[in-house]
Amino acid sequence: MAAEREPPPLRDGKPTDFEELEDGEDLFTSTVSTLESSPSSPEPASLPAEDISANSNGPKATEVVLDDDREDLFAEATEEVSLDSPEREPILSSEPSPAVTPVTPTTLIAPRIESKSMSAPVIFDRSREEIEEEANGDIFDIEIGVSDPEKVGDGMNAYMAYRVTTKTSLSMFSKSEFSVKRRFSDFLGLHSKLASKYLHVGYIVPPAPEKSIVGMTKVKVGKEDSSSTEFVEKRRAALERYLQRTVKHPTLLQDPDLRQFLESSELPRAVNTQALSGAGILRMVNKAADAVNKMTIKMNESDAWFEEKQQQFENLDQQLRKLHASVEALVCHRKELSANTAAFAKSAAMLGNSEDHTALSRALSQLAEVEEKIDQLHQEQAFADFYMFSELLSDYIRLIAAVKGVFDHRMKCWQKWEDAQITLLKKREAEAKIMVANKPDKIQQAKNEIREWEAKVQQGERDFEQISKTIRKEVGRFEKERVKDFKTVIIKYLESLVQTQQQLIKYWEAFLPEAKAIA
Amino acid sequence: MEVHPEAGKEGKPSCALVELQGDSSLQVEISDAVSERDKVKFTVQTKSCLPHFAQTEFSVVRQHEEFIWLHDAYVENEEYAGLIIPPAPPRPDFEASREKLQKLGEGDSSVTREEFAKMKQELEAEYLAIFKKTVAMHEVFLQRLAAHPTLRRDHNFFVFLEYGQDLSVRGKNRKELLGGFLRNIVKSADEALITGMSGLKEVDDFFEHERTFLLEYHTRIRDACLRADRVMRSHKCLADDYIPISAALSSLGTQEVNQLRTSFLKLAELFERLRKLEGRVASDEDLKLSDMLRYYMRDSQAAKDLLYRRLRALADYENANKALDKARTRNREVRPAESHQQLCCQRFERLSDSAKQELMDFKSRRVSSFRKNLIELAELELKHAKASTLILRNTLVALKGEP
Repeated sequence: MAAEREPPPLRDGKPTDFEELEDGEDLFTSTVSTLESSPSSPEPASLPAEDISANSNGPKATEVVLDDDREDLFAEATEEVSLDSPEREPILSSEPSPAVTPVTPTTLIAPRIESKSMSAPVIFDRSREEIEEEANGDIFDIEIGVSDPEKVGDGMNAYMAYRVTTKTSLSMFSKSEFSVKRRFSDFLGLHSKLASKYLHVGYIVPPAPEKSIVGMTKVKVGKEDSSSTEFVEKRRAALERYLQRTVKHPTLLQDPDLRQFLESSELPRAVNTQALSGAGILRMVNKAADAVNKMTIKMNESDAWFEEKQQQFENLDQQLRKLHASVEALVCHRKELSANTAAFAKSAAMLGNSEDHTALSRALSQLAEVEEKIDQLHQEQAFADFYMFSELLSDYIRLIAAVKGVFDHRMKCWQKWEDAQITLLKKREAEAKIMVANKPDKIQQAKNEIREWEAKVQQGERDFEQISKTIRKEVGRFEKERVKDFKTVIIKYLESLVQTQQQLIKYWEAFLPEAKAIA
Repeated sequence: MEVHPEAGKEGKPSCALVELQGDSSLQVEISDAVSERDKVKFTVQTKSCLPHFAQTEFSVVRQHEEFIWLHDAYVENEEYAGLIIPPAPPRPDFEASREKLQKLGEGDSSVTREEFAKMKQELEAEYLAIFKKTVAMHEVFLQRLAAHPTLRRDHNFFVFLEYGQDLSVRGKNRKELLGGFLRNIVKSADEALITGMSGLKEVDDFFEHERTFLLEYHTRIRDACLRADRVMRSHKCLADDYIPISAALSSLGTQEVNQLRTSFLKLAELFERLRKLEGRVASDEDLKLSDMLRYYMRDSQAAKDLLYRRLRALADYENANKALDKARTRNREVRPAESHQQLCCQRFERLSDSAKQELMDFKSRRVSSFRKNLIELAELELKHAKASTLILRNTLVALKGEP
């Protein structure tokens, strides 16, 4: 049963938007976070009397958007009330925001059971805008750390468990600091959930780190060598960056799955993430099908912005890949340099030992020591090369793939709309034919179908406009983040290079008098 | 390709590898060198006021084989058995460099024009560096000969310096090369045999010490030289890596429409400058460390050869003693045995005396050379590190200053 409704006007902070319900699907909203602590806290189960801060930020609701094809998705409608946390106030209340007249705040905060029976679910578009304004004001106060990789279990069933620690003053979380243990497939499961909810409506969902069968097998088998420790460290850092990017996204931050991931001590195993599972193979097939479809969709781009942006991202992708390959070569050669320097240090020490001129012998031993320290330096620099520079590039290569995916979804959305228009046309033609042939019994059916497809066309147009709008915002946010990200990392990387050079100066300055002392 | 090393080195012949106390009575230098298809022609210029020479200043053109001929002539001369013969210069080898240039020429379409130009520049610089090194090696060989009071008076040396025509010294053919190779094997076997001989006691502590020392030293310095070469090559690799990085950053910068544009372009410039500095670090390590180690590896081999010759003379002396004893007991041919023994004794003592002096010279030469090169190495490393720090800091300031 399709619920139809005329959407209220979009602009000016009025709430708007709704999703079409299909049979058996739930539509609901996720949680609302409150800002103020108030002694007269509303009853947990329903919060109509929720205190709203002076600036009337209003309830914040995240949208959980559904697609026709998707299954039941929803979040637990938990709500948090911060009772005695005055430190949480400044975060949101400092942000001026347009006045909100919440339409039916109560329905948003209702617990899950109630939400199912909602007939007119309301999702505030504006609240998304609010959240983004907040993001622009940089008041996100949440820090994620991934640490302490620990091997659990034995043999081929073993896995690494990572500690995910969250430090936050956001009130949507029940505590300000907490940690949980998660394994890699949990992260993949989180991404898969977020992707299925948000990608196809235009949100750029940060991709999860890649799987590595070889790497993991080595760890499982118990090889305690440096390559498996490196692999684990690489993965830990990647997982941390992944989570940090995800929580930076204002919409994703509101998602209950994310919150559950960060907070709850037990998480149901995500089995569909295994590469060789049925779901994994299905994913691969779908990807291939998508690629083929993309080639056949000929979209009439009415908006030059999209074409421009797509081209830009394509160019960026190419260049980043090139740069990444070169940086990988740099990392490799620096590691070689480190190894060769260590070998030379040893032979210099040996030479110093056999040298029978005392002062020269001493100087050679000093040289050996200097070279050994320099070898350490090179190693550390190679790490910096990799973890700062190389990984940043590979992260962005994958992020851009996600961006491209979002553009592709828009194309698919357009295609759907187009198809609906074509079908409508056909139905109208069929109706005309029936009118001429004068078959009254079929006329009614034809008219019904026409109405149905008219609605679908309208829906298609709305969806298309919605996704276009979302993408524009997302790309804007993405680009801002990208600039910030690159600048921060570049500066950090250059500082590491400076550090190395300064150490070199220190070592050679210490050596010089030794060389001069050779008599 | 022509290379003209700095002419006009007045006064003392100077060389980074060997500090020579030259005097002005005989100055030798390689004033010019030309690299042709597969050989190098060196112009050897001599300035001398020695009466032997027809003119006070003259030049000849020599090729590598003629240097080798000269070296071998010294080695085979019994008169110089008690001296360390300066090691022969290595054969000029541009093979690797030429191959790389050729590969670059064959083209790799993924490389931009700027990258190509830079890589070509790098390879040409490498070629030039190898060329300069081979000139230096040949020059130092001659200069050491000219500085040595005994070796400088050799007739073959005069011929080499003065004779205007080609010396008609062809390169060793296969038989000769094989012969040389076998001779080396025989020599080491002989040496081993001698030391194993009972009754052959090293009477002199000095030489006993020198022997043990040189054997170990030579092996270790060879090791150190090989590894220093690898370090130098790694540095070079690193410097070359900056070329595509700089190019990619440049492209990124020109494509960007936001604030990253200037950041990327500045970064591209930074890496280009870092590349040049890294390249200089590599070449300084090459000159001050690798080359020095290599030279003293060869020189210590020459010293080992001297010890071998002396040991051989000692063995001959011992044998002559035994022969004399036998002759005396049999009372036959005592006189020839006596004179032979006398000769051997004299030869041995002559060799020992000059070897002692030579080995002490070797040590002081080595120590002063190491001192000079290590100091220069440290100073250059400091200079480059400071320059790198400066450009890095400047870039950081520029990047942080942007909105």
